[in-house]
Amino acid sequence: MPDSTVTTVSAGWALAAAAILGLLVAFAAVLDGLFSARTAGAGPSGMTRPLGETARLVRQRRRTTVAADTLLWRIGSSGLLFMALMIVTVVPLGQWTLFDLDVGVVWFNAMDVLAWAFVWLTGWGANSTHSLIGGYRFLAHGLAYELPLMFALVAPAVAASSLNVGTVAAAQADLWFVVWMPVAFLVFCTGVVAIAVWGPFTPALGSDIAGGVTTELSGVDRLVFQGGRYALLAAGAAFAVPMFLGGGNGPLLPGWAWVLVKTSALLAVLVWLRRRLPAVRPDLFMEVGWVVLLPAVLVQDLLVAVVAVWRT
Amino acid sequence: MITAISFWVLAVVAVLSGAAVFWVNSMARASYSLALSFIAVGVQVLLLQQNYIGVVTILMMVMEMAVMAVYMVMFMGMNPALMPMSMVHDKRQALAVAVGVFVALTAGVLLVPWPARRGAPAEDVTAALGEELMGPKMLAMITVGVVMAVTIVAGVVLAAHRTRYDRFGDDLRRRPAHDPQPGGVGR
Amino acid sequence: MTLQTVLLVAAALFSVGLYGALSQQVVVMVMMGLELMLNGLILAAAGFWWFLAPDPSGQVLLLVIIAAMTVEMAMGFAVATLLHRVRRVDMTDMAADLSG
Repeated sequence: MPDSTVTTVSAGWALAAAAILGLLVAFAAVLDGLFSARTAGAGPSGMTRPLGETARLVRQRRRTTVAADTLLWRIGSSGLLFMALMIVTVVPLGQWTLFDLDVGVVWFNAMDVLAWAFVWLTGWGANSTHSLIGGYRFLAHGLAYELPLMFALVAPAVAASSLNVGTVAAAQADLWFVVWMPVAFLVFCTGVVAIAVWGPFTPALGSDIAGGVTTELSGVDRLVFQGGRYALLAAGAAFAVPMFLGGGNGPLLPGWAWVLVKTSALLAVLVWLRRRLPAVRPDLFMEVGWVVLLPAVLVQDLLVAVVAVWRT
Repeated sequence: MITAISFWVLAVVAVLSGAAVFWVNSMARASYSLALSFIAVGVQVLLLQQNYIGVVTILMMVMEMAVMAVYMVMFMGMNPALMPMSMVHDKRQALAVAVGVFVALTAGVLLVPWPARRGAPAEDVTAALGEELMGPKMLAMITVGVVMAVTIVAGVVLAAHRTRYDRFGDDLRRRPAHDPQPGGVGR
Repeated sequence: MTLQTVLLVAAALFSVGLYGALSQQVVVMVMMGLELMLNGLILAAAGFWWFLAPDPSGQVLLLVIIAAMTVEMAMGFAVATLLHRVRRVDMTDMAADLSG
């Protein structure tokens, strides 16, 4: 690996990374509970909602359905959490990283397309009409958001002339990439929100189809699936930090602290957006993705490439 | 040592899940066992130090298999899980041919005196691949690009049953277009 | 992990895929067989690259194989859709019959 700016820590630290991810998930869930309670006018009581929900789901008995494909169902519902854990392995925390892969950016991409498989499998496994419709809705969203997301990842990689996440972060010592590639950043955030089936991309879990993919999920499976959504949101926010928000660069505080601060801030914004944006219908978003987002992000890539050539 | 163990584990996973594609009787399981086979091969390619190719294989094949599962559900006229039936023809001949090819390939693999390794891998394999693609092998990349673009057009032409006359009327003047499913940007 | 073992695994994948491509009746399953054969090819090409001549042009071959897979899938899906719409069939045998 050439001019690696990060040190790889031993595999034992994976537990620490998972713990940090868990804290971020708890933070996001508490924040979401708070926002829900405020919308409902119930005051700060919403903060304990995630705790109560967790306790309820842990004790709940598993619902079974006729002729469910249990293997695929369990794989699907636990998959989102797995994806999030795999994504944070390549995110450098200051100067430490778990997995200094030279193609870390492509690694993130490979992990985020697993959402197609896992969400659809969760919908398929239950052998229930509503949850399968939810799975198809997610795939329809996927067809629209995935290509713009891929090309959004291209921009920072081109600007840093590296696919290594640490090198991309180091290339932003002077100027954060979000400043001169805002379109790529916004499209990336859209993609993160989409893989977490969050906010505008919740039609896959819509109440019009009785909860969609989650219709028949219960007990621990539901807990792991919903936790996985928060974890993906957190992992996506964490990945945006080295890609667009300057990694560990910042005054006074050490690099790892800046990474955590930026991740929490972006995560809070993403959680907050949930109540601010309307749900996008898959059929309508398809054209938005292909006719608006994809050309916009391609123009962004072109600009970045021209600047990168001009600077060398 | 770890490399050898993981290689063999992945090899077993790849071949068994590949065989499971034609053996399980669930459309989703068939598609995703093929995806598993691809993931195993992708990780093996990672073990062979080609990080970019390995990760890209995983990326593309998981997406393809997610789409494949949809097509399986759409186009398997009879659901083999509900109605157990043989969906194969010429099973014996196919098996014979496959075994014959395997034996021939194995004989070739074991009997050919493979030459020693020539040269050493570049310091940064991925960067070397990029330089090669944007330099001496650019023609290959251009060709692949054109073929891909043609594939997109040809695929849409084959699969779409509505033409622009259905959308815009006989004089191509109807605005907005008459679509059974209106688009999101109001064209 | 030697060249021979890698090629053996690749040959096994190729043969399983060949069996599927020859024996399956449904168009989409035939495509799965072809994919599996190309899967074996990817592994074999990666093995050749690493054990015989690890220079960058070998990797270009791998990219071309992957591109071939995507073209095969895209055209396969398009043809399957067309067959289903025009002939209402999903099996290769029926597609070969002349329509009445």
